[in-house]
Amino acid sequence: MGIAETRISQLQDRVVGLSVPASAWNAENRTAAVERLQSMGLPAPRDEYWRFTDPKSLNAIEAPKAALFDPKETDVFDTVDRLEIVFVDGVFDAVASDDLSGSNMTIERLSDAEGHDSHWAADCYGALEAIGQTPVQRPFAALNTAYATDGVLIRVTGKVEKPVNITYRHANDTSDAILHHVIKLEEGAELTLLENGPAAARFNKSCEVFVADRAAFHHVRTQGRDHERRAVTYIFADLGTESVFKSFTLTANGALTRNECVLRLNGDDATAHVAGASVGDGDFHHDDTVFITHDAVGCESRQVFKKVLRNGATGVFQGKILVKPDAQKTDGYQISQSLLLDADSQFLAKPELEIYADDVACSHGSTSGAIDEEALFYLCSRGVPKDQATDLLTLAFLAEAVDEIESDTLSDLIVEKLEGWLERHRP
Amino acid sequence: MLEIKNLQVSLAEEDKEILKGVNLTVEAGKVHAIMGPNGSGKSTLSYVLSGKDGYEVTGGSASLDGEDLLELEPEERAAAGLFLAFQYPVEIPGVGNMTFLRTAVNAQRKARGEEEMSAAEFLKVVRERAKTLKIDADMLKRPVNVGFSGGEKKRNEILQMAMLEPKMCILDETDSGLDVDAMKLVSEGVNALRDEGRGFLVITHYQRLLDHIKPDVVHIMANGRIVKTGGPELALEVEQNGYADILAEVA
Repeated sequence: MGIAETRISQLQDRVVGLSVPASAWNAENRTAAVERLQSMGLPAPRDEYWRFTDPKSLNAIEAPKAALFDPKETDVFDTVDRLEIVFVDGVFDAVASDDLSGSNMTIERLSDAEGHDSHWAADCYGALEAIGQTPVQRPFAALNTAYATDGVLIRVTGKVEKPVNITYRHANDTSDAILHHVIKLEEGAELTLLENGPAAARFNKSCEVFVADRAAFHHVRTQGRDHERRAVTYIFADLGTESVFKSFTLTANGALTRNECVLRLNGDDATAHVAGASVGDGDFHHDDTVFITHDAVGCESRQVFKKVLRNGATGVFQGKILVKPDAQKTDGYQISQSLLLDADSQFLAKPELEIYADDVACSHGSTSGAIDEEALFYLCSRGVPKDQATDLLTLAFLAEAVDEIESDTLSDLIVEKLEGWLERHRP
Repeated sequence: MLEIKNLQVSLAEEDKEILKGVNLTVEAGKVHAIMGPNGSGKSTLSYVLSGKDGYEVTGGSASLDGEDLLELEPEERAAAGLFLAFQYPVEIPGVGNMTFLRTAVNAQRKARGEEEMSAAEFLKVVRERAKTLKIDADMLKRPVNVGFSGGEKKRNEILQMAMLEPKMCILDETDSGLDVDAMKLVSEGVNALRDEGRGFLVITHYQRLLDHIKPDVVHIMANGRIVKTGGPELALEVEQNGYADILAEVA
C-alpha cells in the first residue's frame, strides 16, 4: 500500500466513530471540510511539519487514556469579572455557565445555532481554516471543521468590557472532544477572550477569528495541567486595517500539545502578536507552529515563544513569516528560546522567513541555554536560596513572553500560576 | 570576626594551587585592606569565602564568628552575615532591581528566623538609602545591573550592602572602573556603614581607594600568601615604590 493509500485508510478508521452534525446553513461548510480532509488524509511523521511531533496519538482511533489530575488550586481567571462558559469533556455545562448574553455582542452555542435556518456564521465557519490549508496542510483542522460537536459563535459589534472566559474541564479519562469557535469582531469592536483548563483526554479545538478594521482581539489562555492529556489546537485569524490581534498561551504539563496559529494581515497597519510560555517536566511534548502572512502595507507581527524544559521534556517551535510582494514596510519579529534545566531535555526549532517585498524589517532568533551560573551565584551570594534564585531566573527568562499580555491583571495571574508551577517542580 | 587559617585552595578543574596557606583575622569594627599584584590570589580569596563553585579547598579553615563558612552554601553564608561586593556585578535581565533586593533581604531574614519586611517598610528604607548613593527610582526599577554604567553597578553593590546590613563586608576591587567622583560616592557609602560591629576586607590594586576608605590594617598578598602586614603606611609604600621592593624584601 502506498503512502497516500495508508493515509486514507487510516483516516477512514479514525473518523469511523465521528459523525457530521446535522445543520442547514452549515451543511455545505461541513461537507467541504470532509472533502478537504479526505483529500489530505492524516499526517505522517515524515511530513515536513510533523517531523518533530509524532502525530500517532492524534491519529489513533481512540483517545489514549489520560488520568485526571487535581492541581489543588483555583482556576486561573477565578478572580476576573467575566462571562463564564464551561465545557466538560467538550460538552456544554449549562449549570456552570453564565447566561450567554452581553452588551455589544451576541454569543451562541454552535450546536444551538446549527438548528436555525440561516446564520451570520455561514460565511465564516471553516472559511479561514480552508484558506489556512495552503501552503501547509492541517488535516486535524479540517477534521475539526467537519466533525466539531459544539463550540461558541461570538459576534462583537462594539467594545465588550467583560472578558469571555471558556473553561474546559476534564472529567472522563478517555474523553475525546472536538470544539469549534467562530469569533467575528465588527469594525472598531473589542473583545478579550480567556480560555483555561485541560479540556479532555484528547482535545481538538479550532478558533476562527475575524478582526475587522480597527477592531482589537485580545486572547489569553492557559492549557491545563493534566499530565497525560493531548491537545491539538488551531487559531486562524484574518486582520483588517489598523486592527490588533494579541494572543498569549501558558502551557503547563501535557503529554502532547500542538498549538497552531495561522494569521493573515490583510489590512494596512495591522498588528499581530502571538506569544507562548510553556513549562514541562518529564513526559511533556509542546509544539508551537505559527504561520504569519503579511499581505498589506505597514503591518507589524511579533512571535515570542519561551519554553522551560526538564527531565526529558521536548519543546518544538516552527514559525514562519511570509511577506507578500506588496507588503512593504512590514515589521516582523520572531524569537523562540528554550531554557533547558537538564541535559535530558530538548528543543527543536525551525524558524522560516519568506520575503517577497523589498522594504521590510524582519528578524528572527532562536536559542537554547541553561540557567546562567554567574547570575545564580550572584543571587545566592545575596542570601536568596538556590531554588528560589532558579525560579527567579526562570521567570525572568519567561518574562518577554508574559509581557506580551497587555492587561497587568491578567499577566499577574499568569505569573502567579508560573510561580506555583515552578515551586512544585524543583529538582 | 572573620578568621582564616592556613587556607589552601586549588582550581577545581585543573591541578593549580592558587592560595597557599592564607592566614588572616579581621576584627569587628576594623577595616583590613589586601593589596597585591595581579594573580596573587586576592579575588580567589573573596570568591572562596563567599562560596563560588570552581574552587577546591585543600586545607585550612575560614570562619565567621566561629561558624565554619566553608561548610555553608553561598546563601547560608550571606544569611550568616557575609557580603561580597563583586568586582564585576552580574547583569540579570528580567529581574527587577527592587524585586531582587526585597527577595534577598527577606530571604536572609527568614533564614535567621526574623520577621520579613513589609512592602511599605522596605520601600521606605530602600528609597532613603538609595538617595544617599544617588540611585534614582529608575535605577531601582530597571533589571538588576542591566544597562548600568560601571559606577552605577558599584553603587548598586553598596546599596545591596546597605540593605542587607552584613557583619562582614568584602569589597573586591570596588574601585575598578570608577572615576574620581564615583569613587568618592562609593567610599562615602562604605564609610557610612562603618560600625563597631562590622568588619571590612577591602581588596584593591591601588592605594587611592584607601585615601577614602581608611584602613586599620594593610596586608600585601603575593603568590597565594599574605607576605607582609602593616598599618596604612604600607599602602603608601606600595603606591610609591610598587610591589617589587616588598616582594624582594620578603623573598
